[in-house]
Amino acid sequence: MADTIDVNGKQIAVDEEGYLANLNDWEPGVAEVMSKQDNIDLTDEHWDIIKFLREYYEEYQIAPAVRVLTKAVGKKMGKDKGNSKYLYSLFPYGPAKQACRFAGLPKPTGCV
Amino acid sequence: MSEIVKKFLYLNRKAPYGTIYAWEALEVILIGAAFDQEVSVLFLDDGVYQLTKGQDTSGIGMKNFSPTFRTLGDYEVKNVYVDRDSLAARGLTQDDLVQIAWEDFDTEEEVENIVEVIDTARVRELMDASDVVFSF
Repeated sequence: MADTIDVNGKQIAVDEEGYLANLNDWEPGVAEVMSKQDNIDLTDEHWDIIKFLREYYEEYQIAPAVRVLTKAVGKKMGKDKGNSKYLYSLFPYGPAKQACRFAGLPKPTGCV
Repeated sequence: MSEIVKKFLYLNRKAPYGTIYAWEALEVILIGAAFDQEVSVLFLDDGVYQLTKGQDTSGIGMKNFSPTFRTLGDYEVKNVYVDRDSLAARGLTQDDLVQIAWEDFDTEEEVENIVEVIDTARVRELMDASDVVFSF
């Protein structure tokens, strides 16, 4: 629990895998800082997925596994986005794992 | 992917809060669902309370995970059963329970609610027909 990231001068605690220790600490700056660490420039397309994940968590209290995320994105945003090729192009370290981390959610259920 | 598909049955017998069983069971079900097995979930005894609508956990400092049951459809779990006698013994009916929708993404086949109340004979059949039974 000693780890923190610096978001606009604010120290925010993360766990040993880099996920936020406290969900309520999230702000867009968290995604900015984390993506910079992963060498990703966030685009509107990234934000769509991050926003989607936060809404999904809000509704279901769970971070979806990648297969479920893919399906749910397809349902909401169309099949051109609801496929793993598209999602991996945005989040090369795994759309569920990496995007959930940027979104301040816990590690997805069903990921090891 | 393994070619052997087994029939898994998860029994949820405990009230949602007070012990960790209900939440852990749900996590196991969701993780297991990722392995393309045939999964059935059965709620009986106090476990039927897990599916009740309108849960409010703010007084006990626990996360209210009842909304998470509604993701079972997204995880491609299509068989969710509730024991009729257990419901009746607690003065509950299907109207007191959440609905879980299911949709086949490829065929767009939709089922509005996959939660099915079944009688004891069906419960017995279900247990007989399952290869693996987990009881929580």
